[in-house]
Amino acid sequence: MIAVALWSVAALLALAPAGIVLSTRPRGSIILYGGCLIVTSTLCVTALSGLLYPPQPAPSAILPIGLPWLGAHFRLDALSAFFLVVVNLGGVAASLFALGYGRHEDSPGRVLPFYPAYLAAMNVVVLANDAFSFLVAWEFMSLTSWAMVVSHHRDPENVRAGYVYILMAGFGTLALLLAFGLLASEAGYDFDAIRASHPSAALTGTVVILVLLGAGSKAGLVPLHAWLPLAHPAAPSHVSALMSGVMTKVAVYGFVRIVFDLVPEPVWWWSMVVLLVGGPTATLGVLYALMQRDIKRVLAYSTIENIGIIFTGLGLALAFKAEGLDWVAALAFTAAMLHVFNHALFKSLLFFGAGAVLGATGERDMEKLGGLIHRMPKTAFAMLVGCVAISALPPFNGFVSEWLTFQAILLSPQLPSWGLKLVIPAVGGLLALAAAFAAACFVKLYGISFLGRPRSDVAASAHETDGFSLTAMFALAAFCLISGILPGLFIDALAPVSKDMVGNIMPHQVGLQWLTIVPIAESRSSYNGLLVFLFAALCGTAAATAIHRLASDRLRRAPAWDCGYPEADPAIQYSASSFSQPIRRVFGSVIFGAREIGEMPPPSSALPARLKVELHDLIWEGLYAPIAKAIGFATDRINILQFFSIRRYLTLVFVALVVLLLVVAL
Amino acid sequence: MSSLQFDIAHLLAGSLVLASFMMLYQDRLYALLNVYALHAGVLALSVGWQAYVQQAPHLYITALIALVFKAIIIPVALHRIIKRLGIHREIENVIGIGLTMMAGIGLVALSMVVMLRVTPGADALAREDLAFALSVVLLGLLIMVTRRNAVSQVVGFMSLENGLVLAATGAKGMPLVVEISVAFSVLIAFIVIGIFLFRIRERFDSVDVQALDRFRGERR
Repeated sequence: MIAVALWSVAALLALAPAGIVLSTRPRGSIILYGGCLIVTSTLCVTALSGLLYPPQPAPSAILPIGLPWLGAHFRLDALSAFFLVVVNLGGVAASLFALGYGRHEDSPGRVLPFYPAYLAAMNVVVLANDAFSFLVAWEFMSLTSWAMVVSHHRDPENVRAGYVYILMAGFGTLALLLAFGLLASEAGYDFDAIRASHPSAALTGTVVILVLLGAGSKAGLVPLHAWLPLAHPAAPSHVSALMSGVMTKVAVYGFVRIVFDLVPEPVWWWSMVVLLVGGPTATLGVLYALMQRDIKRVLAYSTIENIGIIFTGLGLALAFKAEGLDWVAALAFTAAMLHVFNHALFKSLLFFGAGAVLGATGERDMEKLGGLIHRMPKTAFAMLVGCVAISALPPFNGFVSEWLTFQAILLSPQLPSWGLKLVIPAVGGLLALAAAFAAACFVKLYGISFLGRPRSDVAASAHETDGFSLTAMFALAAFCLISGILPGLFIDALAPVSKDMVGNIMPHQVGLQWLTIVPIAESRSSYNGLLVFLFAALCGTAAATAIHRLASDRLRRAPAWDCGYPEADPAIQYSASSFSQPIRRVFGSVIFGAREIGEMPPPSSALPARLKVELHDLIWEGLYAPIAKAIGFATDRINILQFFSIRRYLTLVFVALVVLLLVVAL
Repeated sequence: MSSLQFDIAHLLAGSLVLASFMMLYQDRLYALLNVYALHAGVLALSVGWQAYVQQAPHLYITALIALVFKAIIIPVALHRIIKRLGIHREIENVIGIGLTMMAGIGLVALSMVVMLRVTPGADALAREDLAFALSVVLLGLLIMVTRRNAVSQVVGFMSLENGLVLAATGAKGMPLVVEISVAFSVLIAFIVIGIFLFRIRERFDSVDVQALDRFRGERR
């Protein structure tokens, strides 16, 4: 099993240099993405079989590469298998989408060689069983994705995004390097040895904080998220989908692997830290998303929100595990993993939709779109499914995982620790707020871009996207629905992962009546996606039939927004900014330092009145800008060293030598 | 090793430090070169004495190299260079002679303290020898730092090399290869810096390294 996985990774790595040659051929992109599609499908099937029928013990392999005394260790346990499924399902979908989308790439040589290498790197991160291979693959993943972020380097925005991204990626890897260094001081770099060691409490606490910094910066936890909304939209859309839908999950994998698996039993304050980061991340992420006009940036910020939900689930799992309630920990952990899977599905779908819109119109700005449901009906339908799923509305999958997370939150009164008892409901409140905002955010995204009338000529002349892209989107939409109405299957498939990581599993779900899921006990709560789906479908059909039968079934086209206003300009419609204005008024002044400035010209003037809105990213201005300024200041001062005379350099050497000798002497 | 042999080795190494001090306050180029020749001569004597004491005939070659190249050929060559450049005028010391001497004394004291502290296990001669060698190296650096003229910086550098050779020969069983390489490094430095001098002269009509600084737009 692991041999198949490793050979597939090798095949992906072999495709990378082939991409250089293929990028010059007219049909090269089809061959390359087709190759990636085949290889990732193989990996996906292998991983799925490893997850559903986990062999005991977990298959492992040691290759004679990497550090000479260590080699490269690989292992395919249930956790790795699950994340391999996520990575490669995303890879399959992205490759399928790119078969159509990638043909329009204007500089394929900047994307094709890196794409398979990037997929290979993410697979190796998940398979690695020693710190060295893990870190090398992690850094390789960052670098290849960075190369694709700056693939459209003519745009200065993209170059800046790449710069911020590579800095933050370096920071994250450094934090992980230190974490592994601390762990390895006891046992060495092999994960098996680290698992068997017994590091001190202070050391593991430091490791957990470092991992939260390292993996969290890759996943996009606030306040380390600054690079994410810049870098994810800058890449080509199928790569954006992989970065947002899959790479952030690889970061979650890194966190889970180290905090749940490698270090010993958790302590309650770890969960406190994770929860206090996770909850605000969810709310702030979606608030930022609401303020954006660029579709892909909205999606990137919404990724931050979902990462917040996942980390909240993981924090809950840590809290319950630390207090010995491992059956609740299993619930919270399964919820988090299910959300990992679900988010990978619908975020990839949404980025594909954004890519299709971008390909059809060349626009990412919502204020220039509108009315696309008439020009791109199929894309619009797939996007609708994605938007409903990510807004956590039943019967789609987003609801299931968030509902399970809330079930775990509702069990928090059983915890003995008062701190957690107080914090968890507050985090639950933040999560509920985030869920509501997410719905508003995607109503805005869908409503402004797809409904109404075109706000620009390009939107009016848009055309439906190609067959491959549509297949990829519809496949993901179907997965969203299946995972929403049959969640029991997925929960049961996650049982071995939960068993390995928190030591317990959720109750068995398959076989319950009507495919209901019961996370704790029937008397407490249950959810039946199938029934909700049938009910919604029946009601919808009935209502539609009733309206069409009882009212007129003739399709009429009448002027829209014609309430006594004769001037039919598209600018009269709701705009993206006006939609989010109420929320901006409520939260904006505190969180974004928002200010609205009304400019009224004097009565005799013919100038139009203007309303200007100023938004500030307080995290950027308060945290990143001062650091950048301090570094700039310090380098300016140190720069003098560049222009000394020979004699001064000699003096420096001499003084340094004397000082060192003094240190030795005293 | 008898007491007399030890005392003579001690005397010669100490004389080398003394010669370094003499170089420190020479403010004319010819005088500096003469003292450097003396310095190299003392080094040759010291190395020769070590060869006799340690009964290591290959050290005689090192002594010969020190005598011929460092005490005769290089000073003569530098004399000719100075004559050709026409710069036998006064050297400007960057800091005053008194202060330089004080600094030199401090450096010698420092190297003594360091060596006594670092090498408690070694035999007495090696300890003393290393302490003197370190003093010579530090004084050589001090000469380089306190001079502005390129020629005197070269001389300072070579006196620093002499300290290295002293250290190398003081330790028993050092193979000849090392000494030859040290000697060659000095020669190479001499050649390189010699060419460098002519280059500066060609460009700026001066061997004052301040000319280079002015050329780079240095603010003083």
